Amino acid sequence: MRKLLLSLTVAAATIILTPAARAEDKVLTIYTYESFTADWGPGPKVKAAFEKTCACKVEFVAVADGVALLTRLKLEGETTKADIALGLDTNLISEAKATGLFEPHGLQASSGDGGISVPGNYADDTFLPYDYGHFAIVYDTKTIKNPPRSLKELVEGDPSQKIAIEDPRTSTPGLGLLLWMKSVYGDKAPEAWAKLKGRILTVTPGWSEAYGLFTKGEVPMVLSYTTSPAYHMVEENENRYQAAAFSEGHYVQIEVAGMLKGARDKDLARDFLKFMVSQGFQDVIPTTNWMMPVTKTSQPLPDAFGKLVMPEKTFLMGSDEVAKNRQAWIDEWLNAMSMN
Amino acid sequence: MLLTAAERRRGISGGVLSLVAIALFVGIAVSALLLWDAPETQGQLFTAYTGRILQFTLWQAVLSTLFSVCLALPVALSLARRPHFIGRIWIVRLMALPMGLPVLIGALGLIGIWGRQGAVNSFLSTLGLEQPISIYGLTGILLAHVFFNLPLAARLFLVALERQPAEYWLLSTSLGMKPLSIFRFIEGPALIRVVPGIAGLIFMLCATSFTLVLILGGGPAATTLEVAIYQSLRFDFDPPRAIGLAVLQIAVTGLILAALAFLPAPDGTHVTAGRATRRFDGRTWGARLWDGSTILAATLFLILPLASIFLAGIKADLWRLASSPAFLNAAYTSLSIALLSGLLAVSVALAIIHARIAIRDLRHPGIPARGLAAMLGATSSLVLLVPPVVIGTGLFLLLRPFGDVSRFAPALVAAINMLMALPFVMRVLEPAIEDHRRQTARLAASLGVTGFSRLRRIDLPFLIGPILTALSFAMALSLGDLGAVALFGSSELTTLPWLVYSRLSSYRTNDADGLALLLGMICLALTILGSLSRRKGYDG
Repeated sequence: MRKLLLSLTVAAATIILTPAARAEDKVLTIYTYESFTADWGPGPKVKAAFEKTCACKVEFVAVADGVALLTRLKLEGETTKADIALGLDTNLISEAKATGLFEPHGLQASSGDGGISVPGNYADDTFLPYDYGHFAIVYDTKTIKNPPRSLKELVEGDPSQKIAIEDPRTSTPGLGLLLWMKSVYGDKAPEAWAKLKGRILTVTPGWSEAYGLFTKGEVPMVLSYTTSPAYHMVEENENRYQAAAFSEGHYVQIEVAGMLKGARDKDLARDFLKFMVSQGFQDVIPTTNWMMPVTKTSQPLPDAFGKLVMPEKTFLMGSDEVAKNRQAWIDEWLNAMSMN
Repeated sequence: MLLTAAERRRGISGGVLSLVAIALFVGIAVSALLLWDAPETQGQLFTAYTGRILQFTLWQAVLSTLFSVCLALPVALSLARRPHFIGRIWIVRLMALPMGLPVLIGALGLIGIWGRQGAVNSFLSTLGLEQPISIYGLTGILLAHVFFNLPLAARLFLVALERQPAEYWLLSTSLGMKPLSIFRFIEGPALIRVVPGIAGLIFMLCATSFTLVLILGGGPAATTLEVAIYQSLRFDFDPPRAIGLAVLQIAVTGLILAALAFLPAPDGTHVTAGRATRRFDGRTWGARLWDGSTILAATLFLILPLASIFLAGIKADLWRLASSPAFLNAAYTSLSIALLSGLLAVSVALAIIHARIAIRDLRHPGIPARGLAAMLGATSSLVLLVPPVVIGTGLFLLLRPFGDVSRFAPALVAAINMLMALPFVMRVLEPAIEDHRRQTARLAASLGVTGFSRLRRIDLPFLIGPILTALSFAMALSLGDLGAVALFGSSELTTLPWLVYSRLSSYRTNDADGLALLLGMICLALTILGSLSRRKGYDG
């Protein structure tokens, strides 16, 4: 009991004695997701490169993922310390704008001008893209000799060849597949899900769990990205895992960043966004974040990237459309998947 | 009236203080979340969907509890009958391990054995069976819940059996009692006392299960309320709905637990000289065979998935991982949080137990006193049902105005872990302390030994064992917990499970396997510490 009292006192003392934010020289605070700032992620290199040019200090605050990032901003509201939020994806843009916390970047960044090119005709005045990846079914070539060549073949294929997917209620790739199926099948999506259901081994809460099942050999196909095989080829010298090219086209995930209204030094924030679409940042992305860069890199990409599936057709729904229909589509998915 | 008035007063006020502290901690967090001016809640709370997942939540939890408890009983009985079984101490220690493992790692271990490509199916296919057995669905959920909870139940049952006075066994031999009579008069009553508590605990753990249900459930038909709470708070950010669902979860599960509380809990008053226990029963070959195969089966069931985790782990470059600053930092953070939350949980549990004893000691406990005792009992177990994600988000909102939340994060995570561990710690400590008091309270009171000298001479020497066991339970639980940390997500606060997940989320499966093995070894070390003192008591 005394220990409890003691710790409560300590906690209270910490709260009272915590000094207000120290005055320092220029600091740029970037909220992002955890794998961005990991030792092997792009964070450390990006920080070093930008600090060379800005006479400032970059501070990362990392949360679990893009969704958690938006939640954190909502919780903090206008008192947030963030100058930049980096790591939302296109599906979250509408919700992010609705918070009223973001400010248009005012940069000329349409395709061609800044040299930015992302698939799916993405353009936005507030959120600038920094990388992208197409969702794809990644398969184990040791088990699957005839991978599906279209979403239709996946849906109608041999139910004994299983796939692990992510849950659209709790993960962004899961939502990606939901939108992909919707883009291809439209109103017929529930029927397609009901058919695909027989091939789905399990629906995991997030990407890590599904991909873990896949690399452990438990399931020969998994919903991931066209860029996933590049990791295995570059880092592990392993050609075993490949992505299946689908003739209908692939749904794209574009990762974006934006500056906050409350940014302490808006010019600095804008400089960072400019830097983000320059080579200093973009060169780092492919082999650290394992996504495609949005501008031309100074060196050609590693050979492995040349072997990746390059979708001819890209699906991308507007963020508003997704925000408006997400719940209804998830309900539709739940019904189709819960039927026996 | 075995306590002095001052002792009673101290006991009761300690209990009131703990109760108030817990209520404030949870209450303030929930109201902060409720008061936050959220956009209108999007979905109706009670839809067909909510009804369906509520039904599934309860159904799988009931089945999981039944299986875990019913299978744990024979295991505990056999282990208690065979104090000299080869490697027994290690079997008991390994039983503490599943609890300290991050759930995902445990699930991957289970899949390594029972999955489509697992050992069992490979074995079956060498026998010429074509179709692999599939565990995905309710089977997989039950399997995983039994894997995590059977060892927990077996350990707690074993403790209850081992607390039976040595005289009972002597007497049973001189009376020539048959196994059935021994079960009826000695083992049964000892177990019945603890079954409702342990079943309730497991029921709560299974009802709030999240990752296991999704990974092994095979599809959204297998969804628990906890999944919906997580979704509405983390993905949709709809606090009113999240709290509504959490209240639903607490109310429904609480009702079922209340029903469990009506089960008979016979009073086990034993008088013992405290000599070392020796069992004289079970000397027949039939009994030996039964006990041996029960223990062996349970050990295999437990050890195979752990072995699969071990085998995956040693493929990693363990030395590089163990000496990396990332691991050392995370281990330091995890262990300090675990120690803090463990100490807190033990202190609060002691305060609650003593308050309950003090109230029982009153000659005419009034309605307020009896109410307090009931509240203390309910609070100490129901906190497990409050989703950490709700408390965490509420506290985040509350502490924001006071500066960088990441600075408070370690203390908050420790406090949340303390709440989660409290029900476990209570299950370990309460029966031990009650037995101890029954045996010593009268004597101590008649000798006038009170206060500090009783603590030092009578209570501590006996209670240090159960306290260490409870502490290692709580620490293991906190070590394996990812949930509470994920909320505050800040780079300064990296715990071991967080490190494992972060490797997994960036393709580094090998490193993750290695780190999981290291985490498992730390948990095992803790359990060894927790069982050291008990072992000493056992031999002497």
